[in-house]
Order: sequence, then C-alpha cells, then structure tokens
Amino acid sequence: MKFPYSEKVLDHFKNPRNVGKIENPDGKGLEGSPACGDMVAVYLNVNPETLVIEDIRFESYGCASNIATASIITEMAKGKTLDEAKNISWKQATEELGGLPTVKAHCSVLAVEGLRAAIRDYEEKHGLVSEKETTTEEVVRRRLKHVMNPMAGLDIIRTELVTKIEINEGSVRILIDLPSDHQFASAIKEDILEKVKSLWDIEEVNVVFTE
Amino acid sequence: MEDKTAYFDNSASTRLDERVFEAMKPYYFDTYAVATSEFAYSMGIDAKEALEEARSTIADSLNASPGEIVFTSGSTESSNMAIKGVTSALKKKGKHLIVSKIEDFPVLNTAKALEKQGFEIDFIEVDGSGRLNTEQLAETITDETVLVSIQHANQEIGTLQDLESISSICKEKGVLLHTDATHSFTRVPIDVQKIPVDLITIASHTIHGPRGIGSLYIRKDTPINKWMDGGFQEFNLRAGLENIPASVGFAKAVELVTEEENRQIKALRDHLIERISSEITDVILNGSKEHRSPHNANITFHYVEGESLTLHLDMRGFAVSTGSACFSRSLEASHVILGIGGDHERAHGSLRFTFSRYNTLEETDAIVDAIKEIVAQLREISPLYEKK
Repeated sequence: MKFPYSEKVLDHFKNPRNVGKIENPDGKGLEGSPACGDMVAVYLNVNPETLVIEDIRFESYGCASNIATASIITEMAKGKTLDEAKNISWKQATEELGGLPTVKAHCSVLAVEGLRAAIRDYEEKHGLVSEKETTTEEVVRRRLKHVMNPMAGLDIIRTELVTKIEINEGSVRILIDLPSDHQFASAIKEDILEKVKSLWDIEEVNVVFTE
Repeated sequence: MEDKTAYFDNSASTRLDERVFEAMKPYYFDTYAVATSEFAYSMGIDAKEALEEARSTIADSLNASPGEIVFTSGSTESSNMAIKGVTSALKKKGKHLIVSKIEDFPVLNTAKALEKQGFEIDFIEVDGSGRLNTEQLAETITDETVLVSIQHANQEIGTLQDLESISSICKEKGVLLHTDATHSFTRVPIDVQKIPVDLITIASHTIHGPRGIGSLYIRKDTPINKWMDGGFQEFNLRAGLENIPASVGFAKAVELVTEEENRQIKALRDHLIERISSEITDVILNGSKEHRSPHNANITFHYVEGESLTLHLDMRGFAVSTGSACFSRSLEASHVILGIGGDHERAHGSLRFTFSRYNTLEETDAIVDAIKEIVAQLREISPLYEKK
C-alpha cells in the first residue's frame, strides 16, 4: 500500500509512544480545538531540582500528522531540561519524522505548541515566568508565526500573508492578503483566532481578508 | 497486482465492470472512426450507429428521447453546461440563480463563478436531514430567476430531495430546473415524463462505467447556449471528438444495473448502519433515514478524527471517504455536514460508505469489526473522550 506519509510517520501513527494522561501532572498544555479539526493535550512530570522532563504523555484528537508529531515530540523531549525542550522546533520534529506533506503542516505544528504550552504552564505554576506582558504588535506577530500557510508549508508571517496588525483597546485587527473565498481562508482564520484570542488582555479579534 | 481492498467509496468512483470493458473494446480496435465521418466511409457509419444506440439506451433510462441527451466528459461538464448554458441563453430575463447550500462542487462552484460575474445567487438552506424546504424555494423564486439547480441525491450524506415537488414549483413559477443526479442515477429512477425537470446531470463513473463520460439531459426546447466552442458535434452543443468507446461503455453500464442489484446494495448498506448503530456508542447517522439513496451511509463517530480513522482502515484493506478537513486538500470541513447544522467536530469525525455491486456481506461485516476496534483505540487517546 502507498501512503502520503513516510514509514516513520506511519509507525508513530500506528504505535504512538507515550500516549495517555498523567494524573495530577506538573504541567499541562492543551492546543487546538475540535473546531479546527485537531487538538492535542500534553502532560509533564518535571524534576523540580534539575528541571528535567521525567515523564511526558499526550492525548490527540487529530489526524495522522498530528498524532505522529505528538508522539515524536514526546520522545524528543523526554530526559531534556525544560529549556532544551522549549527549543524543539516543528522543523526538527518534521525532520525526525522523515518529512510531512506540506498541506499537513498546520496539523503537526499543534503538537509542538502543546509541548510549549505544557512547559509554560509548569513555569507559570512554579514562578519561573516574569509578569504578564502587554499585547503589542510584536506579541501578535510572534503568535502568528505559529499559524501555517498551507500553500507554502511555512507560517503566515514568513510568507507575508499578514499585511497589517492593528491593536486598539483590547481589540486586534489582522489583515490577510488573501481573498475571503480562497480555499484556505477559513482554515487560516480559525487558526489565527485560536492563537490570538487567548491573549489575556484581548477581547476581540477581527481577521480581514482582501476582496 | 491483485487489489484486495474492500472498497466502500463508490460515490467517488466504481470499478469498471468487465462486461462494460468488453463492450467498449471493439470501438478502440475495430470501429475507431469518428461519427462525423459517416458520409465518408462505412466505419464512420458504424461509429455513428454505436453512438446513437448508446444515446438511445441512456435516453430510455430517463424515459427521454435520444435527441435530449448530450454526451459530455462527466458530471462537472454536464453541470457547467447546464448552468452556464441556460444563464447565458436567458440573460435578458434576469440574473438570479438558486442552488442549495449542500450541492456538490460542480454546481456550487459554477454558481460562485457566476456570482463573480454579477449574478445574484441564493444558496438555500436545508434541514437537519439535508432536505430542502420547498416553501422556502417557492418564496425565493423571483421574476429575475432564470434557473434553479437542486441535486437529486447528496454526494456525501445520500439525502434525496423531493424532486417531484421541486419540479412542480419551478414549472408553476415558469423557472427552469436543473438537477445533479450523479449520485442517484439508476439507483433511484427519474422519469422525465412524470417529473418536469428540465436538465439532468448524469455520469458513468458511479455505475461501473468508464470515467470521463457523462450526459446532460436537456428537455426539448430548453433555451441553452453552448459554453465551449469548436466543432458541431452533439447537436452543436458540445464541441469535441465524440468519445464513442466511452459512450458505448456508459450505455452498457446503464443496462447492467438492475432493481435486484439495488435491493442487494440497500440491504448491505442497512446491515452496516444497523450494526454500527447498535454496536458502537456515540455515533450519528448523517442525512435522512427515509429519503436516502440506497447505496449511501454516512456516519459520525464522535471523539475521533476522520482522517485517522480512514488511514487505519486503509492499512487494514478498507477504502472509505471522510468529511474531515484533514482528508481534503482544501483543509475545509465538509460543507454538507455543516450545511445540515452539524458542527466542525461532527464533520471531522464523519465517514462515508458507498456501496456497489462488488461489495459483499463478508467485507461489510469485516469493516464494521475493524471500525469497532479502531474507534475504541482512537477514543482511548482522544482528549475529548471521557473514558467510561
């Protein structure tokens, strides 16, 4: 049989490593939503002395790319310090898996996000994070670097799909250089909302497409 | 290489029947002339006769006249020809078009293309089972309306529209009606003498015929312009060399469908629905139970994602389709499931099973057994599923 995935992706999809939940984890991250089509939960147990990830598990409601990336990420992160694990990139995970179809990039990036969210959660709970930062254009831009442009397999910032970001009293307006009836428009919009809505001082997010 | 896949994606395409292939062969190797050569040499006459015989067979299947059947390259072309041809011929009357929200892409995207050219399109709603509200249709038709295009059976959830009521409303209001019958043709008969529909899209690939051939039924005297320029073939409506082997194959495929076969397909489909509904928790049958094409079952398995499910099934030798966004290159969740009021999660976890004459009871039981295991396995790792 032929599949659009590498042998390694299929192996991790069929036999995902470190699957399940950790009861009372030291850190927990949940990324994505059923509406986006993919969701991943990452659980961590961390050695408080060494800050080494001693146990890591994940749950996934997602496609093959999502499950395989989550699985490989847990293998890569186990035994690493939080700082080391934080630096595991989507690109490294993809390379480790022997590549992923370009169109599936946004499904797999969630797993990396899930790991980072779990680490952030640990750091916040253990007083390792500084004060909440005010949302600026730079903060939004940083978040949007996690929204994939499925046409290119790179994020929407790097591929210059975002033409303008305006922030005004808790409201963010993001202009996207794509017609609203483009085949990827609604998927991109969902992803943007997902990434930006959760900012603590933001109440409203408007994604505007070009006509 | 022997294909051992148990194939349940027959709305996408069917396996060619060997009898169809045998019927086509002479028109590749012996009678390979084009029909337009009928006045030049006898092989041209033979070709022309074969083409017209095929046309008659297809016309008979709709109780139409052969002069009302135009061969096309398939459903997409037929629907484009119907919608663009009629709107172009009637542009002086108006620029309003009505289609349902859950049409297949050949109709939906043709309508959207016309919208960009200044047409006003009403995409009308369907209910939770996928059925159109005929009263709403009647209210939406205006003096400017030139065409209503409502499918017969839905491509994903199999729901059948009440074509009889829809066509009588259109007739009463003096508006032309096109129906895309790609997913019901020969499974649920349409008699054009009884149902006053004006244009019907049909195709061969869903009934074990060759791909790349279809027809548009055009009721006599329907105003329609050709939308493609070239030669004078197909009553000067569809330019291009006649695909005689495929036309012959299409006709043969039509002849081979029997009522008994449709009953068998429906029995297998019902068996699958019955087993899944009773043996797997948290499932929904999408589409109408009662008004449903006999070969279609569409089921949502909550808490699992469709692409993962289809991929696991493929690894075990079963081919099915899903409404999951991850399955489609467009990353869009099924507009049909969303159109019947389902949320994204319901669309992502939906599987479409479409049966044909080659499906068996053994493989139907085997796919249900496989689904039971895979769904349990995927739910086990799903953060949405509360373990019981």
